[in-house]
Amino acid sequence: MIKSFLNKLGFANAPFAGGITPDMCKWTEHSAIEDCPLPPLFIVPIKQHIGQACTPLVQVGDLVLRGQKIAKSEGYLSVPIHAPTSGKVIKIEEHPIPHPSGMGLASIFIEPDGKDERDTSLATMDNWQDIDPAELRERVRVCGIAGLGGAAFPTFIKLLKDKRHPIETVILNGIECEPFLTNDHRLMVENSAEILHGLQIVMHMVGAQKAVIAIEDNKPTAVSAMQKLIDALGNDAISVVSLPTRYPQGSEKQLIESLTGKQVPAGKLPMHAGVLCQNIGTTRAIYDAVVLGHAITDRIITISGDAVPKPANMRVRLGTPMRFIYAQRGLEHFDGIQILHGGPMMGERMRHPDIPVIKSSTGLLAISDEQIKPAHQVEDPCIRCGHCSEVCPVNLVPNLLADHCRNDQLERAEDYDLFDCIECGACSYVCPSHIPLVHYFRYGKGQTAQVRREQSFAEVSRVRSESRDARLQREKDEKAAKRRKVRNTLRSESVLNTDNDAKPEDTKKSESKE
Amino acid sequence: MEELLYATLSLGAFALIAGIILAIASKVFHIEGDPLSDKVDALLPQTQCGQCGYPGCRPYANAVASGEADVNHCVPGGERTMLSIADLMGVEPKALEEEEEAVPVVAFVREDECIGCTLCIKACPVDAIIGAPKQYHTVVSDHCTGCVLCLEPCPVDCIDMIQKPELLEHWSWPLPDTERAQLGAERRESHHD
Repeated sequence: MIKSFLNKLGFANAPFAGGITPDMCKWTEHSAIEDCPLPPLFIVPIKQHIGQACTPLVQVGDLVLRGQKIAKSEGYLSVPIHAPTSGKVIKIEEHPIPHPSGMGLASIFIEPDGKDERDTSLATMDNWQDIDPAELRERVRVCGIAGLGGAAFPTFIKLLKDKRHPIETVILNGIECEPFLTNDHRLMVENSAEILHGLQIVMHMVGAQKAVIAIEDNKPTAVSAMQKLIDALGNDAISVVSLPTRYPQGSEKQLIESLTGKQVPAGKLPMHAGVLCQNIGTTRAIYDAVVLGHAITDRIITISGDAVPKPANMRVRLGTPMRFIYAQRGLEHFDGIQILHGGPMMGERMRHPDIPVIKSSTGLLAISDEQIKPAHQVEDPCIRCGHCSEVCPVNLVPNLLADHCRNDQLERAEDYDLFDCIECGACSYVCPSHIPLVHYFRYGKGQTAQVRREQSFAEVSRVRSESRDARLQREKDEKAAKRRKVRNTLRSESVLNTDNDAKPEDTKKSESKE
Repeated sequence: MEELLYATLSLGAFALIAGIILAIASKVFHIEGDPLSDKVDALLPQTQCGQCGYPGCRPYANAVASGEADVNHCVPGGERTMLSIADLMGVEPKALEEEEEAVPVVAFVREDECIGCTLCIKACPVDAIIGAPKQYHTVVSDHCTGCVLCLEPCPVDCIDMIQKPELLEHWSWPLPDTERAQLGAERRESHHD
């Protein structure tokens, strides 16, 4: 309440609860986006988003064009996959994807023909102001756009004009609070016009009257680039807000808290607060999809870390193997080097570099063992200092939660709101005992999900078993009834047969029966 | 002497009234079935495998609820099920008879060897095998509980138990690999022994 009061009075934007200010290491903030050349072989996994995997539409030997749909979406929570360049499908088989398990998924292998021809079947929609939002939403879906901020949630789902939850404000999330990552920053500096155009399309789609472009104050070049464009446009509805740098401000709910002073309750979505958050890269992709008719085939990735000789921001085609991208930046040998997919706080360690990049790949880091190891080898006992609770952006008690997870006390962990944890890693970062707190939470969440899955399977099995028992019983009863019926008819037949010659007996029989 | 009489009478009257109330309450608030055995049944994995010595999960739940059976007979449920049943029944946890936790398996019919005798279909407790006489049978692996009850009746031994494929969506993080996490795991194990 105090926060929203301060906000109303116009005192600087009150930040969200907790948070940390790590060394940001934005080494690549001034290096312009370079185009990554085409690799000799693309590996395109059939799932690059949160939700159901797609079904391949192509066969081995097929020739595809850049932007051609090669896998169709299955179910609602899914978006199609497109070919990253023109070329030939040489095989479809399982290949490791960027996932902490190191497990694989069916992937389409495409050998580029070097011509890089584009599929032009999608019409451009320059007059998007006159087009129905539902049609634009379908365009965003068929172009395969998923949140490029790292979560890869299918974007079209959020772009719904819902009468019950009207969206007043679109927040363009230019926070990029993860250390090292600078892809959104560079995009805002170099492609501000397209981003602003995309933002206007999004506002039209959801019927929002206002938009806020939120940028942290460690990116003054991005702030000035966007501000200059808005001044030229003379549009009051869109404003740029520079927020103090603080991790994890880029997280949707934390950003909303920073900007409005209002907390989005647990289990609710930003739209329940009348807000829609969009990532910079995603907004750019929406522009490409609507105005140019281009499906998503590339994204900006920051390649950085102390083991990368030439850190950079690159425009990389989806499906390019990580090894090829690192080689572009002068890194070829991976002994004593850890590869991270995503930022250092929330990213995941990859076991080897022969994994393709996908829609959720915000950054590729390579950090030497000496840098990364000391922090996570030894885990000391908790000294109850409380730092973890202080920095938690969702006001949890991480040390107690971790204890419960470690000891498989899953119900108690849930009582302590395990599932509200956003896994930002702030608690692990500040822990003086080097307890890998978030790792314990992930373990606890996984175990809880496992238990729930087993319970629901048991429930299904119980129903199946009970219905089988009921069926067997019914069959038995029916058989018995049939037998009785046959016996009765036989008896009455025999009665009929004897009917003619022995009438008096028959009456006697029926009497005795009664 | 009179006080004694009054005391006896008043207490007797009180006991009578209380008895009548209890008798009525037991009729009015009567619950069909055994709520305790329902609760035990809810904790069981419903494989209906009969490895506990009872012909299914419900009979075993009844036996546990009536105190007839121990809490540690459910093999597929493993340690977690045993602990939760012991917790519910308020008894000391008992070590499982089988030391190792079995990997989840499902039945698989080698179709070219199947003669279509329908014996396995009849044996399946959850109706997870489909087929018709003199037609190939096959297992709906999503519904198979891995109870192995179909193996024994098969006259041509064409059913294999295969490991359930590990799905990417079902993968979950292991415990951290730190020394302290390992120490915790060891302590937990020694605690249960």
